[in-house]
Amino acid sequence: MIEITELPIDVLKVIKAASLHEAGAINTFIGTVRNQTSGKGVLRLEFEAYEPMAVSEIRKIADQANKTWNIVSYAVSHRIGALLPGDIAVVIAVATPHRKASFEACQFIIDSLKQTVPIWKREFFEDGDQWVSAHP
Amino acid sequence: MKVKVKTFGISRDILGGREVTVMVEGSSVGDLRKTLSRLFPALNKLNSLFIAVNQNYAADEVTLSETDEIALIPPVSGG
Repeated sequence: MIEITELPIDVLKVIKAASLHEAGAINTFIGTVRNQTSGKGVLRLEFEAYEPMAVSEIRKIADQANKTWNIVSYAVSHRIGALLPGDIAVVIAVATPHRKASFEACQFIIDSLKQTVPIWKREFFEDGDQWVSAHP
Repeated sequence: MKVKVKTFGISRDILGGREVTVMVEGSSVGDLRKTLSRLFPALNKLNSLFIAVNQNYAADEVTLSETDEIALIPPVSGG
């Protein structure tokens, strides 16, 4: 399952979507909104996505991961819209036969997602806002 | 040639619309890049700018057609 959603992410739903009896491990990463960036207070974030391409890029990452690790099943849910500190922004669940691969594959997927998936984050502070990573 | 360009993130602020029509001098992704760079110099200050054609990252050599779905991909920051 791959989804981009404006609704709060149901973590259990994501884990269940990745659950199969062939798996001996399901590693789950939960990315949340931090209340500060470089010491500056973050009031809220806004995420936007190029949705169809975001879904296809996530699928490419999972296909790539599957070449290295035996992934039985996986699920990725990424939130878009306005989020507050503490809110869940992304959940990734990766099921593999044994635990080591589930940790490694899950880390590979979140690291790659941050590099190539067309999703953008705008941070709002008391005195302004910025698109994260846009400028040097 | 004339193409429609979807914008996201900071590129929407720079181009000033969700979809902007651009007259490209030439017909490749690289030509579009040069045209955009000239029309919207603020794009040159970004950490990176990729161009997607039909929902795939496209190299500068790729030839564009007027019916392609073209999008600007400024530095991503999901997760």
